[in-house]
Amino acid sequence: MEKGALVRLKSLLLQAFSGFDPRLGLIFLVLALISFFVFLSAGQGTPVAVLDQTRNLLIAFMIMWLVSQIPPKWLEMAAVWIYGIGIALLIAVAIFGLVKKGARRWVNVGIVIQPSEIMKIAVPLMLAWYFQKREGIRSGFDYLVAALLLALPVFLIARQPDLGTSLLVLASGLYVIILAGLPWRWIIPVVAIGGIAILLLIVFSGSICAPDVNWPLIREYQKNRICTLLDPSSDPLGKGFHTIQAVIAVGSGGFFGKGWREGTQSHLEFIPEKHTDFVFAVYAEEFGFLGNVLLILLFFALIKRGLAISVNAPTLFTRLLGGAISMIFFTYAFVNIGMVTGLLPVVGVPLPLLSYGGTALVTLGFGAGILMSIHRHRRLVQS
Amino acid sequence: MIFVGICFGLLVVRLFWLQIISHQQYSTLAESNRIAIVPVPANRGLLIDRNGIVIGRNYSALTLEVDASKINGNVDDLISQLSEIIQISPRDKRNFKRALEDSRNMGTFPLRSMLTEAEMARFLANRYRFPGVDVSARNFREYPYNELASHLIGYIGRVSPKDKERMQNELEATKGSQDPYALQGAFLPGIQYVGKIGIEQTYERVLRGVPGYDEVEITAGGKPVRTLSSKPSIPGKNVILSVDIKLQALVEQLYGNYRGAFVAIEPETGDILAFVSKPNFNPNDFVEGIDPATWKELNESKEKPLYNRPLKGIYPPASTYKPFMALAALELNKRKPEDVIADPGFFTFGNHTFRDIKVGGHGMVNMEKSLVESCDTYYYLLARDMGVNMMYDFMKPLGFGQLTGIDLEGEVNGVLPSTEWKKTAFKKPEQQKWFEGETISLGIGQGYNAFTILQLAHGLANVLNYGVVMKPHIANAVEDPFTRQKELTTPKESYRIDLKPENVEIIKKAMMETNKSGTSASSFRTAAYSSGGKTGTAQVFSLNSKTYKHSSTPEFLRDHALFIAYAPNDKPKIAIAMIVENAGFGSTQAAPIARKALDYYIDGKWPKEIPEWKRVP
Repeated sequence: MEKGALVRLKSLLLQAFSGFDPRLGLIFLVLALISFFVFLSAGQGTPVAVLDQTRNLLIAFMIMWLVSQIPPKWLEMAAVWIYGIGIALLIAVAIFGLVKKGARRWVNVGIVIQPSEIMKIAVPLMLAWYFQKREGIRSGFDYLVAALLLALPVFLIARQPDLGTSLLVLASGLYVIILAGLPWRWIIPVVAIGGIAILLLIVFSGSICAPDVNWPLIREYQKNRICTLLDPSSDPLGKGFHTIQAVIAVGSGGFFGKGWREGTQSHLEFIPEKHTDFVFAVYAEEFGFLGNVLLILLFFALIKRGLAISVNAPTLFTRLLGGAISMIFFTYAFVNIGMVTGLLPVVGVPLPLLSYGGTALVTLGFGAGILMSIHRHRRLVQS
Repeated sequence: MIFVGICFGLLVVRLFWLQIISHQQYSTLAESNRIAIVPVPANRGLLIDRNGIVIGRNYSALTLEVDASKINGNVDDLISQLSEIIQISPRDKRNFKRALEDSRNMGTFPLRSMLTEAEMARFLANRYRFPGVDVSARNFREYPYNELASHLIGYIGRVSPKDKERMQNELEATKGSQDPYALQGAFLPGIQYVGKIGIEQTYERVLRGVPGYDEVEITAGGKPVRTLSSKPSIPGKNVILSVDIKLQALVEQLYGNYRGAFVAIEPETGDILAFVSKPNFNPNDFVEGIDPATWKELNESKEKPLYNRPLKGIYPPASTYKPFMALAALELNKRKPEDVIADPGFFTFGNHTFRDIKVGGHGMVNMEKSLVESCDTYYYLLARDMGVNMMYDFMKPLGFGQLTGIDLEGEVNGVLPSTEWKKTAFKKPEQQKWFEGETISLGIGQGYNAFTILQLAHGLANVLNYGVVMKPHIANAVEDPFTRQKELTTPKESYRIDLKPENVEIIKKAMMETNKSGTSASSFRTAAYSSGGKTGTAQVFSLNSKTYKHSSTPEFLRDHALFIAYAPNDKPKIAIAMIVENAGFGSTQAAPIARKALDYYIDGKWPKEIPEWKRVP
């Protein structure tokens, strides 16, 4: 009797966790552990934040597990709905959103959420769905439709204003479009123009960063962020403070780091946003080059696994979706670390799993869950 | 995957650059970010009079301080914003701004002191608005008796760039030295004030102590988190003065509105008992930087209140020089006490007539009478018989025309004339020659003779001490503020002059007689103790045979009243030299002050007309 119950329990557990891709799950678990320990350090003095982050991590795992149980077919069916709800929420934000720190990004629907975060998954879902629909009959016109589907949320998010998130959403959509087979002859000119624009920006930074020059389409603070990146020392106590202090924190970490909870830059409040966007500075200061290489390897492994799953996925939808999600993970990690180390401008991009922020974690859990689901259901769909 | 690999590779390269190659640089930056070195000033030593009365001390007050290096933007804007919550007077503002300029904007400066609790609370509530501004308990120097003994005490002031340079040199020069007062290893920003003049200046090394510092970990907002290490400050030592501050206070009041100098010395030790220069100034005005109006007033006043008269003022000693001349005559066998001259009231040398103040003369005059009645003719003759260089040789060891070596800076030499001196003092050859006629008036303390009142008092003390020369000094001892252990600083005897005690006694007897029946008798006849004195009246400008009338002469051209005195006769405890500028006769204007000073010092009698001495708590 007892033995039977145990066996049943075992099979139940096996079934429950069969959705978990062990490799992906393991990487996530290690990252979550790192996140937890960094948080115990970065959140020193704010026990609420530590509890919150722990809770959010657990929720992210739950969602990952839940989503991994969902067959990709369902996602495909839900794509339009999710996208539609996301857009509706974005419009709601624009009309009666909550304003914090000068930006209208949040909306209260019982709980306060940030709909732009949803779009990070909703956009690739939608575009993947669209390209799946048009499989075999695709023409140049489809790329235009995809571009419009992408442009709408990007525009709505950009005017919140939230340049960072809108760029991420744009990137997630572009990944789908590129993976869908956008010809290289279309991609290269765009990349070239972008590269030239950045070069021009650097060369003319002196004149265009003058305080009375207004840039079209870009808010004052965003202009400042870009200008500060070009020359952080121009304003060491103001706009450049974030970057300079973060770089000092990273650099002073050295090879082995200062040790857990021993970071002076972070604990003496020199690092702004140390729980959120700049959490990498805390990590880098305390765990050094060694810890950083480990972290980057983990992300690399995560993305590699994600792309491997995508390549082996059965349908165009799952291939596109999996590829885009993997590349979003990459973008987050790269842009965030690049920003903290002073390579990229300060745009509000969290570091996957390490940065504090419920919605972002949920979105990540969702993304990881989708990857697992794709992996789990690869044969089911084929058969 | 290749793309991802390249991008992550880029990050690793960047991290390698930051964390391995530039690690040292960023490590230093992080350290300087977090560590602030906060100077801990040393408590300055107290100034204590010979009876234990504190005349220079420190008080602690809540002070609004501004770190000059953290001022962003305009100082005036900052002050006007601060004055919305804390009252800041124009004077505070001016002092603060000048301190800023003087320091070239480095360091922390008080903007307002003596904050009330309410003001402090208001500021603390608004503190976040003012980076670099803070409230702390700060020590201030205070001279509780204000003007009293200002020239002697001096004052401290903010460290000037010049002071800083000097201290920097001292710091290097004293490396590894055994001197307990050496600056070696001191954290110089902890020294914010230095003694500028007076005892505060002379004993700066002893008084200042050694500042310490706290190495404090601070947050980005400048909030201290914990102290990493600290080097405690070593408080300065107290300086115990030889001065009797009550005597000093009495004399200063007795001078009233007169200008002048008064020096009292204990002959046996060289202790300065009083060192008066009138008028005074208030040293408290100088500590935080004097305001321009007060400065202008002090500096441009005809009365010259900043001028240290006993130390720097040179005057002809006039008839107060006669006892020294008489002693010279005895020692050099130029006169016997009983030798008599006939005084017709004048003395003719060549084609010049030297007058005696008494018309018709003093008649038959011996040495004692020459002093008691202050006969000039006696000393004209004596000077002629001795000659300028013999006088010079005798007077020099007594200290006339020489630096006494007192522990105050800026002492002047004065002039003790000799043929040698004249050669160096004048440029034109015809002026370099000594004329015999110039010798005559030297005998009555006029002519080229020009001494400080300090020298006169010192000379008298040397005679009363039978030729044992004690260097006059204001500090007697240095006291450890904790153990109260005293370390004497009093100098030993400098040298001895070979004086015959019986000759000294002859002079003393004559001076005693002067106080009993002579020129100063009106002041001293009723004294309960034995004392000696000698009056003097110095002409401020030559009358050219016109008669001097005190009331019709402009104030600053009137005669100076001089007096020297001592008491008691047997083993004198105090020797006095004094001048009352432009007051008239020594007998009427100077001697009464000396009498009251001696009454107090010898008998403890305080004159009724002077308010009782009150010790400041």
